[in-house]
Amino acid sequence: MRDVAVIGVGMTKWGELWEKSLRDIFVETALMAFDDASIDKVDSMYVGSMSSGLFVGQEHIASLLADYLGQANIPSTRVESACASGGLALRLGYLEVASGRSEVVLVGGIEKMTDVSGYEATYALGTAADQEYEGYHGMTFPGLYALIARAHMEKYGTTREQLAMVAVKNHHNGSKNPLAQFPFEITVDSVLNSVMVADPLRVLDCSPITDGAAAVILCPAEMAQKKDKPVVKIAGSGHATDTIALSSRKDITWLEAVYKATQQAYKEADKGPEDIDIIEVHDCFTIAEICVLEALGIVEKGKGGDAVEQGLTSLKGKIPVNTSGGLKAKGHPVGATGVAQAVEICKQLWEEAGERQVKKARVGLAQNMGGSGGSSVIHVLERA
Amino acid sequence: MTTPSRYWREIPQRYRLEANKCQSCGTVNFPPRLVCPECQKRDLVATKLAEKGKVISYTIIRVPPHQFIDQAPYAVGIVKLDDGVNLMAQIVDCDFEDLKVGMKVRIEFRKIFDEGEAGILCYGYKFVPD
Ligand SMILES: [Zn+2]
Repeated sequence: MRDVAVIGVGMTKWGELWEKSLRDIFVETALMAFDDASIDKVDSMYVGSMSSGLFVGQEHIASLLADYLGQANIPSTRVESACASGGLALRLGYLEVASGRSEVVLVGGIEKMTDVSGYEATYALGTAADQEYEGYHGMTFPGLYALIARAHMEKYGTTREQLAMVAVKNHHNGSKNPLAQFPFEITVDSVLNSVMVADPLRVLDCSPITDGAAAVILCPAEMAQKKDKPVVKIAGSGHATDTIALSSRKDITWLEAVYKATQQAYKEADKGPEDIDIIEVHDCFTIAEICVLEALGIVEKGKGGDAVEQGLTSLKGKIPVNTSGGLKAKGHPVGATGVAQAVEICKQLWEEAGERQVKKARVGLAQNMGGSGGSSVIHVLERA
Repeated sequence: MTTPSRYWREIPQRYRLEANKCQSCGTVNFPPRLVCPECQKRDLVATKLAEKGKVISYTIIRVPPHQFIDQAPYAVGIVKLDDGVNLMAQIVDCDFEDLKVGMKVRIEFRKIFDEGEAGILCYGYKFVPD
């Protein structure tokens, strides 16, 4: 296996992009990454997309998008692992370059979610849960994370205010990201007074419905040294699964897939939690960020809420988490999210993050997650 | 969403709580499985779920999927049954203020939702206070 680097990234403004189709959004974003990497063709591509079939009625999009990107006839693969589709696409692209099979690979992620009604979008997202034993009983995604939140509060004393502080922090960061869907600040009070969705979670605990894409270009690290940018390598990659039914887990407050994937990535990168400078986590709901911090080993079990409250994870804290604004403020086009996390880490390591730049960041970690934790993909990126 | 063949296929679990038990390590699986997730052995025999247990966690769904619009808000919980199985279902016949982690419940057979005039009436298990 050889070292693999990121040589270009692309991301456009996220939001409700009614004037743009799935293919428009993807091609525009991928071309930004091509320009950033100064290339005009790739050997192969991977596209993370959770459910183009349910969201826009179009399957077979790997071929469609390769064609519209002017790359007809290259091998192009769609990757699905619910909301971890983008992270998993990145892992497969990474492995393809690392193995020597390809030199230059595009990894993209896309979801076009606003062409359907709210109910249809809720249904599409719900298919990432166990339809026969969760969906059948009227369970929803906010509901699943609400069950995790209640159990975490009971077991560890995590407070309702601490959950709100996750959203407040991520919106603060997002206010400095011009590409974010919701680039503005919110307060703890506004979270606590927002509409209840699934007790104890309120609408401002939830990531939004978003149209958007993200893209990165991978190549051997040796080739990256000839480019202008500092070399950012993928130092480690990990992937693990868990039961997709939340109720089948022994401890619903613990994300075993995140833990297992993280251990693989740390081992491959020869790093531990103490080496990480910045993190992008999958904060689909506020409680998710708290549980993920614990599974990453950044804090002990049960201490995720305290970490946020004490400012450990704020932009000026010891380990800034979700400098991009996270899923909460940046938006969550599900298939694109895992790739966008890598885009943010690269921008930080290249010192291209503008107002939200973290000083002297050398090592970043991206944590992407499917469903209620039924899959997770971790990448550790390092500036050489 | 629910086709007649799919609904018929799921009846043993929904109506009769059919589970299976690993003869090697004693794990009870619901729904029944072909291979034990704990020990990977395949010697599993049919059993029926315990019908009582305690609430591990619960929520109140206020933004429901479309088949449940006429029921919202409603409570859904995960219950640890006396045989060790964790089961998700609605918790009914209980005021929201009285819901508590640790509360004792039992399984009852109820209508879950109906799919409208020409659709299927979908039945299954719910929890009630015990
Ligand atoms: Zn067994």
